[in-house]
Amino acid sequence: MFVTQVYGDNGKMKEYHYTGPVEHRFSPYSFNGGTVLAVAGEDFAIVASDTRLSEGYSIHSRDSPKCYKLTDTTVIGCSGFHGDCLTLTKIIDARLKMYKHSNNKCMTSGAIAAMLSTILYGRRFFPYYVYNIIGGLDEEGKGAVYSFDPVGSYQRDTYKAGGSASAMLQPLLDNQIGFKNMEGVQHLPLSQEKAVQLVKDVFISAAERDVYTGDALRICIVTKDGIKEETVPLRKD
Amino acid sequence: MNSILTACSDGDGPERKIQFLHGTTTLAFKFQHGVIVAVDSRATAGAYIASQTVKKVIEINPYLLGTMAGGAADCSFWERLLARQCRVYELRNKERISVAAASKLLANMVYQYKGMGLSMGTMVCGWDKTGPGLYYVDSEGNRVCGDLFAVGSGSMYAYGIVDSGLKQKDLTVEEACDLGCRAIYQATYRDAYSGGQVNLYHVHSEGWNRVSQSDVLMLHQQYQAEKA
Repeated sequence: MFVTQVYGDNGKMKEYHYTGPVEHRFSPYSFNGGTVLAVAGEDFAIVASDTRLSEGYSIHSRDSPKCYKLTDTTVIGCSGFHGDCLTLTKIIDARLKMYKHSNNKCMTSGAIAAMLSTILYGRRFFPYYVYNIIGGLDEEGKGAVYSFDPVGSYQRDTYKAGGSASAMLQPLLDNQIGFKNMEGVQHLPLSQEKAVQLVKDVFISAAERDVYTGDALRICIVTKDGIKEETVPLRKD
Repeated sequence: MNSILTACSDGDGPERKIQFLHGTTTLAFKFQHGVIVAVDSRATAGAYIASQTVKKVIEINPYLLGTMAGGAADCSFWERLLARQCRVYELRNKERISVAAASKLLANMVYQYKGMGLSMGTMVCGWDKTGPGLYYVDSEGNRVCGDLFAVGSGSMYAYGIVDSGLKQKDLTVEEACDLGCRAIYQATYRDAYSGGQVNLYHVHSEGWNRVSQSDVLMLHQQYQAEKA
């Protein structure tokens, strides 16, 4: 799809000034917005994303969730350029099947994370423009979150926000889940109910202040009993 | 740190830059009892702090360490490949690889990609049959042996502390660890792109061990109290 380069940093539209005729080169990328969030608990993991698909000033769809189920214990959230998100998830699904056929077992969350790192680095010189966050259960049944950059650098976290509103959400999570910048508070472990409520509140805040986030929130809760999905409406403006 | 895909943006017009993780301070120095390796843990994507808990010391094998500076993905990918090559060497030659050989393998691997935009400034630290080993290897093709290196945006501040601390001869293990920790702390104090925690490792004849992980804020309070 042709994209004229009128985007400034962070995918926001730049002010329009007439500068004379400018030659526009074809860009293989486009920024489709969206925010993804993952939280790891003691025995659960939550992956949540908004469902708005935008481009420039337009909204292409209000029902395009960014969480994709990979296995019974792993969900991936992908935001950035939707074309690369789709291709990447197809490649991951294919590699999961290949692994299952060769090794006669499902890939664990840690293994999927390590594999995704090499898939992303394989395109080091023409990257997948995708910010990935994997949420799932590790081999011991504890919640695990793995966050990536577009070329495959990754690490395991307790919580991570990615996508267009990540800079707004991450400090809030640092404070509420990581208890950062607070003195004299008890570090209580996060229960599943509290985590789900926090995720809903955090996305409502993001939808208030980020134009690319809104419409609806899709939450995937991963526990040993499987993956439960919940949809919550957000601001549509 | 350069970003990729300047080819995919308008010449003078607005650019769609993909932000990768950069900014750091890492250091390593040899002393009487081995090698001290100290790193910060901040990763930045432009002006945004993407993470304060990055592991910038890569454990290649139980007696070799590599540090991460520049592109996070470049460092972790190539050092993981180096770990594989070192293991193959061990299987073929029935002995551990030397630090010089390991660093040469890494340097030769990335030299093939010279000019293509890799960004990697790493120190390969270990202990082999010639004693403690410390090499600096980067994506430009440099590979130098030395007794002290500091790499990254905060390296100048770290050099100041370590150079003055190393003037006294014969440091004990504890003194050397304190020196490394202090140097990274001072670098995080003055460099905006370094921060988070100080991760400290000590490499000795039996291999490496992780000495400490200290939050920079805690260190600040500790040093302030000591001054008083």
